[in-house]
Amino acid sequence: MIEFHLETRSGVPAYLQVVQQVRQAVRLGILRPGDQLPTVKEVVAQLTLNPNTVLRAYRQLDLEGIVEGRRGVGTFVSEGAAPAPPDDREDLRPSLQKWITRARSAGLDDDAIATMFDDTLRPPAIARVA
Amino acid sequence: MSDAAIRADGLGKQYGSNWALRDATLEVPAGSVTALVGPNGAGKTTLLKLAVGLTRPSEGTVNVLGLEPRKDEAELMPRLGFVAQEHPLHSGFSVKDTLTLGRRLNPSWNDEIARKRIEHLDIPLDRKLGKLSGGQQAQVALTLALAKQPDVLLLDEPVASLDPLARREFLNSVMEAVSEREMTVVLSSHIVTDLERVCDHLIVLSHARTLLAASIDHVLASHRLLTGPRGGDDVVARVHNVIRESHTERQTSLVVNANGHVYDSRWEVHELDLEEIVLAYLGYRALEAVT
Repeated sequence: MIEFHLETRSGVPAYLQVVQQVRQAVRLGILRPGDQLPTVKEVVAQLTLNPNTVLRAYRQLDLEGIVEGRRGVGTFVSEGAAPAPPDDREDLRPSLQKWITRARSAGLDDDAIATMFDDTLRPPAIARVA
Repeated sequence: MSDAAIRADGLGKQYGSNWALRDATLEVPAGSVTALVGPNGAGKTTLLKLAVGLTRPSEGTVNVLGLEPRKDEAELMPRLGFVAQEHPLHSGFSVKDTLTLGRRLNPSWNDEIARKRIEHLDIPLDRKLGKLSGGQQAQVALTLALAKQPDVLLLDEPVASLDPLARREFLNSVMEAVSEREMTVVLSSHIVTDLERVCDHLIVLSHARTLLAASIDHVLASHRLLTGPRGGDDVVARVHNVIRESHTERQTSLVVNANGHVYDSRWEVHELDLEEIVLAYLGYRALEAVT
């Protein structure tokens, strides 16, 4: 089971925070195929969150194939939603490390690196085009 | 069936020479939980009272569930739950008597819902309302409204007088009710932070007028803070809808309702949270100048 946490001041819509937390949990293997997500009512009671928000997040995850809703039973992590095998993930680390080294030698500090990473990962809805 | 639970068109209310609400044209989507936000005196209570039929419009119209609150009172009232500010209950009545009164006055009353809620909240049935805490009184008032099994629930400043824990518990009760039964909820408040989690739509009222009415996700996605050199704002201002601007000697900060991309590298683009956006609409400075 997973417990959701919300950052109210982040500017990221609450439904998207729930979506991201499920994706992340699946990626890290905290949630495995067949695991049940908390019911809408449980999330509502725990977070004082609008049920429509939770439903919207679960619908989105369903569309992405990460979870499947079973009517009257609950929402479960799909069989196909297994995380990438650990080998693949470990392969990715050295190239990122190399990139970070290059960024540092180009004069970027940690903040600038993090900003560039975030911007590339999630371009803001209104991007700044240089 | 219309998709709006509440629809106001050019709605206004005048008391003497003062307009408490003016030219309000807005829709509350069916099934939404809508925050009605604005400073004290903005017209929030007036809008809710017009929707419940407690007062008559001076101009324009308001429809609730496709019905006119005053003309169709008999049909509409059983489907409406309303908790007024200060939840006026009879302080000399016990909780039990209050529930009995509710049952006798409301044909659609569900006594099981009422009893279960009071039991769940650990409120003693024989206690006089005047002896209950503020949070408990608010919960009893909410119970009366919920036991009617309303299709539309209107709450006027329901948490303003409550401490943070009671506030959270109250909103939790409302959200639980929404998850159990489909209904449209409107909550008014002068504090945004309380409502951000529980609402999916937002209406901002100020000085008797509607400044903004949209889904909260849309509001968050379309508003940005732009900071850039002073005097460079002419093009940006032509393309985007500037809500609020502030200047220092060399820098300009703009809160905009953006129409797409900002194609100008002189401007830094920052995200805003809901409270900052609402404050910008209400005319306060959105943020300290970002450096």
